[in-house]
Amino acid sequence: MLKIFVPKDKMPRWIGRIMDGARVFAPVKEGDGYRFRLVTRPDKLDFSYQNTRLSPKELVHPPAEAMFSYSLKKGDPKAGILEEIPKALGTRVVMGIRPCDAKAFQLVDVNFVTDQYMDPWWQRRRQNTVLVGLGCHEPCSTCFCTSVGSGPFDAGALDVLMTDLPEGYLLEAVTEAGRALLADAPEGAPASDTVLTEARFLAQQAEKALPRLFMLDPLREKAMTALFQEAFWEEVQFACINCGTCTFLCPTCWCFDIQDEVHQQEGVRLRLWDSCMFPLFTLHGSGHNPRNQKLQRVRQRFMHKFKYYVDKYGNGPACVGCGRCVQYCPVNIDIRRVAAMMTASCVCPT
Amino acid sequence: MHAYTEKIREAAQRLLTEKKVDAVIGFRHGTVPMMSEPVCVRHADQVHQLVWNGFCGINLANYLAKRKDRVAVTAKGCDSRNIVIHLQENQIRRDQVYILGAPCHGMVDRRKVWEFLKGREPLQVMENGSSLKVSGKGFEEVLERQAFLQDNCRICTHRNPVIYDELLGDPVPEQTDVDRYEDVRRVEAMDSEGRWRYFNDLIASCIRCYACRNACPLCYCPTCFVDESRPQWVGKTLDPTDTRTFHLLRAFHVAGRCTDCGSCERACPMSIPVRQFTKKLEKDVKELYGYEAGVVVEGRPPLDTYRPDDPQDFIK
Repeated sequence: MLKIFVPKDKMPRWIGRIMDGARVFAPVKEGDGYRFRLVTRPDKLDFSYQNTRLSPKELVHPPAEAMFSYSLKKGDPKAGILEEIPKALGTRVVMGIRPCDAKAFQLVDVNFVTDQYMDPWWQRRRQNTVLVGLGCHEPCSTCFCTSVGSGPFDAGALDVLMTDLPEGYLLEAVTEAGRALLADAPEGAPASDTVLTEARFLAQQAEKALPRLFMLDPLREKAMTALFQEAFWEEVQFACINCGTCTFLCPTCWCFDIQDEVHQQEGVRLRLWDSCMFPLFTLHGSGHNPRNQKLQRVRQRFMHKFKYYVDKYGNGPACVGCGRCVQYCPVNIDIRRVAAMMTASCVCPT
Repeated sequence: MHAYTEKIREAAQRLLTEKKVDAVIGFRHGTVPMMSEPVCVRHADQVHQLVWNGFCGINLANYLAKRKDRVAVTAKGCDSRNIVIHLQENQIRRDQVYILGAPCHGMVDRRKVWEFLKGREPLQVMENGSSLKVSGKGFEEVLERQAFLQDNCRICTHRNPVIYDELLGDPVPEQTDVDRYEDVRRVEAMDSEGRWRYFNDLIASCIRCYACRNACPLCYCPTCFVDESRPQWVGKTLDPTDTRTFHLLRAFHVAGRCTDCGSCERACPMSIPVRQFTKKLEKDVKELYGYEAGVVVEGRPPLDTYRPDDPQDFIK
C-alpha cells in the first residue's frame, strides 16, 4: 500500500484539500480536555493530545439523536406515521483518531450490523467515514491496548495510519479509501527507508511501554454462570456510585434507549445513550428489573465487555484499552484490576 | 505513610475483632495517581488495605444511607457533616455508625496538578507534609500542597469533624480568614442575562452522566426526578433546557443541606464547576436563616421547619 511522507508545514495544505470534499472531524481543545469536533480550518488541527476526554463514538452513535418525527393531529393524513428526520450522513474524514478508538468502531460493527439486524444510521455513517489514525508514541499510564488485542500503532481498523516524526508525518494507506486519500497528496513524497525505519522504531518503543497486564483467553473456557457468581463482584461493586461516566466515556459501550417526546400534536422519537449503571436500564414494563441492585449493574458492565460479547460473537473482548474509565471513574474502579480478577478466577485446564 | 493510616487500621482491627461493627468503610490505595478508592473491610485480616492520604476527597457518607448493619467510617469535616444530615433525615441511626474522625488539611485536586503539568503525565505523586512531590517521565516537581487543594477545601471552615467517636489526630486549626462567597457575589453582580449566559456556558459540556448527583450523599431518593418515567418529568436529551432543568433542580434539592464537600465537582468527568449552583443556595440559607448544614445534630434544618419570623421578603 501507498506510503508517503508529508513535512509538517505542508500538512495544512493536504488537510485543506480533504476539507474541500468532506467534513473533517478532529480533536479540538475544549476546557481542560480534547473532543472530536467538526473543523473547518486546516490550521486549527492540533495533534498534541494524548486521548480525547469523550471517545469519538459520538460521531457515529450520537448521544441524543432525533430519529423520527410524527403528527398526532386528527384529520392529518400523515397522522401516526413515523417520518425519518434527515441526518448528516455524508462523507467525513476523522483525522487523528487513535488506533484504539478506531478499533472500537469495528467491535461495535459486530453488534449493529448482523445477519438479523442492521442499524441503518450506524452503517451509513461508518461507510461514509474515513479514519485517518494517529499512532500513539507516548501511551498514557492508564492505556492497556496491548492487553486487549490491539496496540498503539494497530492499523487494523484504520484507513490511514499517521506516524508523527520530528519533521513530518509518515502516512500509510491501510485500505482502498485511505489509498485514495493519499494518492491525491502532491504535498507528500514517497516515504524513504529512513523514514520507515524511524517510524517502526517509534512503534516498537510504544509497544514496549505497554506490558501485557492480563491474559483474557482463559475466560472463554470459563462457564458464564460460574463467573457470574464469583464472590469478588461484591468487592468490585462497593465503591461504585452508579454514575454513567465509565459507559459514556467508553468507546465500545453502545447501549441506547428509545424515548418519545410529544408536544401537543407533534412528537419525535429519540435515541439516547443508555448506561447499565442507571436504574432505568433494563427496567421492564411490568416494573421488574433483573438488575435492580448495584452489584448486578456493575457486574453487567464487566461481564458484557469480557464474557457476554466474547461468547456471543466469538470476537472481542469489547474493550480497547483506552483507559478513559480508569482515568475518570470518580471512585477509581479500575477495569484492569477487574479483568485481572476475572481471569485469576479461572483455573486453566493445563 | 500518613499518620492516620496506622490509627485507622488499629481502630478497624479492634472494632472488627470486638464485633463492635460489621464493617469498616474507608479508603484503599488507588490505582492511578491522586486517587483513593472507597473500600468496605469486613474482616480483621483485611485492615491493611485501609489508608489515609490527601486523595480521599470522595464523601464516604454517600455509602451510609439506608444501611442495615453497623459500620465504622472514616470522616473528614465535610463527611461528618453529611453524617449529621443523614441522622437528621433518618437515613441511619447514630448507634449504627462508629465515626473515625479525620481532622483534615484539605484534599488535593488532581485537575489542578494536571493543569500545572501542561500535558506531562504524573506517574507518582507523594505527599510530604505541606508539599507534593510529582514525578513522571523525565521530570520531578515539588509543589506547595496548599495551592493544589480542591476549591471547596481552600475555603472550608469545618475541617474538623463535627461528630465522632474517636479522633485520628489532633484537631487542626480552622480557617477563619476565608471568603466563602467571593465567586457567588461576582455572579450576583451580573444582570439577569449575564447570569443566564454564565450558567448556560457552565453546563454546555454536560453529558448527563449524573456523576455529580451520584457522588452526593444527599442524593439518596429511591427514584430521582430525572429517572421518573411514568410520566417523564425531565427530558433526557442534551438540549440545554433538559440539562439546565437537571442542574437547577439538583441544586434546589440540596439547598440548606449541602455541606460543600466538593464530591460533585470532583466526580464530574467534564470538569464542570457544579458547585457554582449549590454555593449560591448555601449563601442564601446562611444569610436568610443563619444556618450551616450539618454542623449540629440538634434542631431541624430551616427548610423543613416554619417560624413566624422567617424571612418573607420574596412575597411582593
